[in-house]
Amino acid sequence: MLSRTADSLFWVARYTERAGNVARGLGVASRMAAVSARLGAEPDEWRSLLTASGGDADFYRKYEAPTADLVVTWLIFDPDNASGILSCIEAARRNARAVRTALTVDMWEALNDTWNHLRALPPEAMEGERLADFLGWVRERVTLFNGAAHDTMLRNEAWRFVHLGTMLERADNTARLLDVKHHLLTAEAEGAVDYVQWQAVLRSVSALRSYQWIYRDRLNPHRIAELMILRPELPRSLMACFAEVAETLEAIALGQGGRRGECHRLAGTLAAQLRYGRIETILAEGLHAYLTAMIERVADLGAEIDAFYIRP
Amino acid sequence: MGAASSVSQASIAAFDEMRAEDGVRAAYAEIDRWLRTTPREQLDAKRREAELLFRRIGITFAVYGEGGDPERLIPFDIIPRIIARAEWERLARGLRQRVRALNAFLADVYGRQEIIRGGRIPAPLVLGNEGYRPEMVGMLPPGGVYTHVAGIDMVRTGPDAFYVLEDNCRTPSGVSYMLENREAMLRLFPKLCAQHRVAPVSRYPEELLETLKAVAPARAGAHPCVVLLTPGPYNSAYYEHCFLADEMGIEVVEGADLCVDDDVVCMRTTAGPKRVDVIYRRIDDEFLDPKAFRADSLVGVPGLMAAYRAGNVALANAPGAGIADDKAIYPYVPEMVRFYLGEEPLLANVPTFLCDREEDRKYVLGNLDKLVVKLAKGSGGYGMMIGPHATRDVREEFRARILARPGDYIAQPTLALSTCPTVVEQGIAPRHVDLRPFILSGKEVRIVPGGLTRVAIREGSLVVNSSQGGGTKDTWILEDDGPGEAGFQSQSQSMGG
Repeated sequence: MLSRTADSLFWVARYTERAGNVARGLGVASRMAAVSARLGAEPDEWRSLLTASGGDADFYRKYEAPTADLVVTWLIFDPDNASGILSCIEAARRNARAVRTALTVDMWEALNDTWNHLRALPPEAMEGERLADFLGWVRERVTLFNGAAHDTMLRNEAWRFVHLGTMLERADNTARLLDVKHHLLTAEAEGAVDYVQWQAVLRSVSALRSYQWIYRDRLNPHRIAELMILRPELPRSLMACFAEVAETLEAIALGQGGRRGECHRLAGTLAAQLRYGRIETILAEGLHAYLTAMIERVADLGAEIDAFYIRP
Repeated sequence: MGAASSVSQASIAAFDEMRAEDGVRAAYAEIDRWLRTTPREQLDAKRREAELLFRRIGITFAVYGEGGDPERLIPFDIIPRIIARAEWERLARGLRQRVRALNAFLADVYGRQEIIRGGRIPAPLVLGNEGYRPEMVGMLPPGGVYTHVAGIDMVRTGPDAFYVLEDNCRTPSGVSYMLENREAMLRLFPKLCAQHRVAPVSRYPEELLETLKAVAPARAGAHPCVVLLTPGPYNSAYYEHCFLADEMGIEVVEGADLCVDDDVVCMRTTAGPKRVDVIYRRIDDEFLDPKAFRADSLVGVPGLMAAYRAGNVALANAPGAGIADDKAIYPYVPEMVRFYLGEEPLLANVPTFLCDREEDRKYVLGNLDKLVVKLAKGSGGYGMMIGPHATRDVREEFRARILARPGDYIAQPTLALSTCPTVVEQGIAPRHVDLRPFILSGKEVRIVPGGLTRVAIREGSLVVNSSQGGGTKDTWILEDDGPGEAGFQSQSQSMGG
């Protein structure tokens, strides 16, 4: 397939997934803010969300302090934020439009309808009481797009690059969400605030129930870290995402008669390390350092995929 | 036209394709009944549904640099335009003949130039023309075909009076509307469609692919690699480029996706470079190859012309095909038919005055209030004057322009374009239409029965171009062999009892 097409498909998926992840993060943060306002930690929520979104430097260039209103505006419709929901959907659609023929009608319509609806929406429809509904709607639209891709795409290279984009972005997001809360998962103290925070971390990857199904026990920070990093059953865990990334790259290589490069080696190494990793080792070496390294390796892998398939 | 200072929109007595003097014409009988029995609200609801459909599928044309929404819809009129099979057959014969002559003319002017040597057409008109590409002299494109896809704009002034308004031999667009309009009609009005026997148009993409494959270099074998070259998403016809490529199952490539190495064209793929055999290019000549034409082209492919000349790749349409559709060459097309084919032309031209000729110019300047004046190089309905509708000031402005640069202008009598019933604000009213059928030339000449009908939505307007507020209609070529066969009754579960 054309390199440019593969590139656009990869980014359609990444931007769409990112829009959904920002909506998840915002949903949990506003819920947390409502809880911790009583506990006096509200600004921390918005600050850590901003950090997780990866665009805090840009934010501070424009604003002084991360108040609720400013962060919500920034993460939803500020045109200066390339990772805001509106910017992401726009970028996803722009990429989709550039490769219309490589998408199925269902995928295109899911994305195009989202964009048409979003750009006609007045700012009031995303604020205050209506924020939660709006964020729910964004997540629904992303789920619809992912479902359309999953249900209607031929299992050829086009599908693989879409899937690769989704999984790499998802891994990046899980690592970032976990990293901004890393202190909660290593600290000894267990108070009411921490408990709510742990719930929030799990909720942000739709894993609160999953935790219960897997561990059948009360929340425990080490297990939360293990679930989100190493458990293959959780579809948003780093392990699950990297297994998909490595498998997908392998499928692309097999389709091309076994042509492989640095991206395959890197993805395989990461998947194997996660597959055989222990949470005790990770925690002993420091969760923050581990997650920071992980975020960097996601970026490296993205660059290697680009160098091998897109711009050799 | 006495009080000429006001803009006169006086409608010209036009032939209405639905209503002749003695009632409704036969081909429109069902449409007439449908329009009389369908409440206005229902038509309006369908009209809104159609707009939603087009917006949803994303059938838009891009208008950049004018402000407002860059992705616009071309208004779609839900009342189909009907052409009887016998009328169509006559037209189609004429179209085939004309396109054969145009291709023969192109082969000649880039070859032995017999038509010039025979004195049938003045040499400077051809050789000094902007559309003439000296780079093409002495090379024969695969199959000897230059204009593989031609769009011939036809207008009608009476039951049997069809005229060619202009030829489009470069990269004519609009065929996606022919196809999508039909899809929309089938979805919106399945019953109405079923009541008519409408000739299907859906095989156009297949015919186009066959045509493109037929001109592949011999080396490419039975499965040549065909691609569509687009200037990219900012081009107004980008939707059409993607649509056609998708229907044909070929890649849409941009200039940057292609590279030329050792006179061989390849596209960059995830599996490395892949050789390309045929390029259906929707980029203008000037931008095709910065090494051969405009050096500042960012959408072209450096070295493409060298690969083409080496016979390693086919280009459709061929560079230089534009000389055949130049408005100053147009008056000579009937002569081409006689010269190359030895036949009498089946399709008539609109009488055309070339302002460069002294005699013609004198007539034009004396009759500006009756004529349509056009730029010889223009397209899209820009820079034209419709005499009977123009103010004195505008006419005087054109007089000055013609005198300053006579070679830039041609003039034609103002034709009373036929009208078709159209849904407008006030109800259903006749509006002027034209027709662009698409003619494919590969090993043979093929025409899918149908075309793009453009309609001037504004009352009295004769300008149908989409850039000037024109709309489109579905065009139905009716098979007239009686009613359709009844289908088999489908089986259903038998109820015991």
